[in-house]
Amino acid sequence: MTASDVGYNSKVEGEVIVTKADAVVNWIRKHSVWPMPMGLACCAIELMASAASRYDISRFGMEVMRFSPRQSDCMIVAGTVTYKMAEVVRRIYDQMGDPKWVVAMGACASTGGMYRSYAVMQGVDTIVPVDVYVSGCPPRPEALLDAMMKLQDKIGNETSVRNLTKTKKVASG
Amino acid sequence: MIDEEFIKGLLAKHSFLSERESIDCLTLESPSGELISFLEYLKTEESFDMLVDLTAIDHGEGEDNRFSTVIHLYSLLHHGYIRIHASCNDNNEPSMPSVSSIYPSANWHERETYDMFGIKFTEHPNLKRILMWDDYPYFPLRKEFPLAGIDTPLPAADVAEVTDASVEPAPMMGGPFVSSANGMVSDSEPRAKDESWTEKNEKPL
Ligand code: SF4
Repeated sequence: MTASDVGYNSKVEGEVIVTKADAVVNWIRKHSVWPMPMGLACCAIELMASAASRYDISRFGMEVMRFSPRQSDCMIVAGTVTYKMAEVVRRIYDQMGDPKWVVAMGACASTGGMYRSYAVMQGVDTIVPVDVYVSGCPPRPEALLDAMMKLQDKIGNETSVRNLTKTKKVASG
Repeated sequence: MIDEEFIKGLLAKHSFLSERESIDCLTLESPSGELISFLEYLKTEESFDMLVDLTAIDHGEGEDNRFSTVIHLYSLLHHGYIRIHASCNDNNEPSMPSVSSIYPSANWHERETYDMFGIKFTEHPNLKRILMWDDYPYFPLRKEFPLAGIDTPLPAADVAEVTDASVEPAPMMGGPFVSSANGMVSDSEPRAKDESWTEKNEKPL
């Protein structure tokens, strides 16, 4: 399903648009992603640059970075996830309302990066489901924007209506 | 000035001190029992008013004095550093008097030293871990602790339950990730130096 599938053509359809519920829901969701900046280390600086005027993430409708998980739907894990912090990352993820997505930004969040050590979790996908991984140490803002566009494509292909009935595991504490 | 005369005077006044060989600043060995009174003297009488660093050394299992703490002081008057080295008496339950009553900045340094080496600082106002979580069972900078870590449960039991995650030894995949100090940046980036082994293929002897 692409954007043109839900495009409005007055010559063909008069004043009526016929489409699938998934297409409408996804189209709305993917153009209004509210990121939660989970800035944990150096990558967060590039995340900030992506939001600034030069790279301008608001071109994709994503400029509303929310520091409250209740108001955001895409967690961008930008930085090194230590085992001590992992608990916090998971709790914040659990507090985000559905639907929600996770982007692992940079080598650290994706795999632990160069930190092969006792203190660092070897990839944030150990504790939260990751939708898009971004390589780089740090990735340039362009790479993050590319990842966000990939995420938009992914959101566009979801079975959103069916997903409504699915339940997820939540940490109780 | 921290010169020969100053050092001589210091050693004459404090018979318990001895000088240690050092390639940079003046380094003194002090017994842990005299440490507090000596630091008090250095701060009030000799103007060593700034504690720059406090850390520890693990000299390795089997050494007579396995753990020692190292304190760096700076004097704004002398424009110079002094390093004090004090050995912990007990190798199994190392302890050291806390100097945070004299230098408040020692508070967090001592917590870190406790966290990493397990040296107990007596009379410390708030001696708990600062980097690792409270229930962590090991002291990671001790010599016997592997860099990759040791299997341990996650700090939060409920998170561990839903995610099935735990603290696992990190894959070394050809040795620790280190950067070499010299050469082109592209060659000196952190990487495993010996890529001939992984956790699955044994390390060649
Ligand atoms: S991937 Fe590199 S830049 Fe990003 S948090 Fe890790 S060390 Fe820092």
